[in-house]
Amino acid sequence: MRLFILLYMIALFVLHQDFWLKDDASLLFGFLPASLAYHMAYTVLAAFGWLLVVKFAWPKFADEPTDDGGEAK
Amino acid sequence: MIQTFIVIGYLCLLLGLGYLSSRFFRGSSNDYFVASRSIGPVVLFMSIFGTTMTAFALIGSTGESYRVGIGTYGKIASWSTLIHTACFFLIGLPLWSLGKRNGFHTQIEFFRARFESSKFGYVLFPILIGLIIPYLLIGLMGAGSAMQGVTRGAFPELFPETNGAIPAWLTSLVIAGVVLYYIFAGGVRSAAWANTFQTIVFMIMGFLAFYMISTKLGGLEAASAMADAEKAVRAGNIGELQFFSYFLIPLSVGMFPHLFQNCLTAKSSKTFRLTFVAHPIAIMLTWIPCILIGLWATGAVMPDGVTKIVPDGTNPNSVLGIMVGKLTSPVIGGLVTAGILAAIMSSLDSQFVAVGTMFTKDIVVHSFGADKFSEKQMLWIARGFVTTIVVVTYLFTLVEPRQVFSLGIWCFSGFAGLFPLVFAAVYWKRATKAGAYASVIGGALTWFLLFQASGYGANRSFLIGGAMPVVFIFLACAVSMIVVSLLTKTPSKETMEKFFPAKS
Repeated sequence: MRLFILLYMIALFVLHQDFWLKDDASLLFGFLPASLAYHMAYTVLAAFGWLLVVKFAWPKFADEPTDDGGEAK
Repeated sequence: MIQTFIVIGYLCLLLGLGYLSSRFFRGSSNDYFVASRSIGPVVLFMSIFGTTMTAFALIGSTGESYRVGIGTYGKIASWSTLIHTACFFLIGLPLWSLGKRNGFHTQIEFFRARFESSKFGYVLFPILIGLIIPYLLIGLMGAGSAMQGVTRGAFPELFPETNGAIPAWLTSLVIAGVVLYYIFAGGVRSAAWANTFQTIVFMIMGFLAFYMISTKLGGLEAASAMADAEKAVRAGNIGELQFFSYFLIPLSVGMFPHLFQNCLTAKSSKTFRLTFVAHPIAIMLTWIPCILIGLWATGAVMPDGVTKIVPDGTNPNSVLGIMVGKLTSPVIGGLVTAGILAAIMSSLDSQFVAVGTMFTKDIVVHSFGADKFSEKQMLWIARGFVTTIVVVTYLFTLVEPRQVFSLGIWCFSGFAGLFPLVFAAVYWKRATKAGAYASVIGGALTWFLLFQASGYGANRSFLIGGAMPVVFIFLACAVSMIVVSLLTKTPSKETMEKFFPAKS
């Protein structure tokens, strides 16, 4: 699952460059420019990616108990 | 005039909130600086999100969308949905864990311990303060511009020189005073509470403004049909390499001192989970209305069908204020302006607290020893330094103003350029003290030379070979860190064990 999440995040990084929409002036639903709509969908996919991280790739060190910590030494 | 009274009412509400949170203040510096590490998931999310959304996100994004079109969302907001959370995950979470285990309150305490250098803070501190001043400047300038745009014509006898609008210098002064009051009252806890409240306010008001403006323009479709079609695409407005190289800008959150401090307030690691998932969505909900309002402003006309609502040549900082002022009712205009100020103040407060904490912990206490000062004296030292920085920043707002978006990008480029420092500190055992010094000096020097070459931000289209300057600042910092670390002595075994404990 961790490998899938990593590949998913890399794919998102690559897919950010929506060069095929850079001069597409069409309006989705009559008001939303194509590239803007694409990046809204991208945002939802990014949030989903982070949900996967929280559910399946939470680091072990983060769950380790720690003391309250004093002043910095 | 109604707008002004609504804004005054809102500011009074904030003063009340500051007073209320001061009743919970435990009086200790630990409570003032990191809220006794007791903040839960909702407040942490609101606090971190509110802190990252500043005048840059509302006024700057609307102005930039007006100037270069809808690609503004992709180049900053969309990258941020991926990169911000990556920073919280890869940097924020490990630093929270190390901070809690070792009692760190500031970034510099962490770096000093990690790089075994007591003097490192004296190099990093002025650089961080130097970078945070433009960030504060964005907030104060943004507040002034928004209020001036909305109140145009309201007080013709009182402020004839600004066409009856409340002058920017007055709004900046009042906003700085209100934020200073409530953070002085309760420190980072006050800031977190105020952030939560203000984040809710600015998101609701953003939607309200969006709804009112689109309705007034004849609906969503009519509003977009009026817009300049050339601004509805990226081609011709933002180059491909420029668009791509913007991905480095959101790395700045990994080096923001105020976000480091926000992370330290978390009760447990699980507290971060909500932030990870909700932060990207919240960015979208905040930015999209602003981007569309900016786009519509490029072609929106008054009912006569001829007069442009935003005249050609308008300062991009004023676009949101003008659209709100001209296309909503006075009451809605007042509420939306309060929302804009909420977004600005929800960043300023965390930054003020971080600046005071760094000075107290990293300079004063580190130089003279913690036993030289009582808890009360430490709080007053923090407050005194914050006030000094705010006064200096305020004086900067009185000189020639810069575009909020452009100044913000330079500020973020400086912090993002230093990202290799924190990344190496957390993940690269071989990173050394000399490497850390070299990376900070290399990054800061490159930033300054490029900032100077851009006319101190006056050239809004300053690129190098089509790429953002941040690429070169980042490379200077990273290469200096790698080369110098490989040529110098590795950190001690004790430090290795402290920062890279063996996995059980």
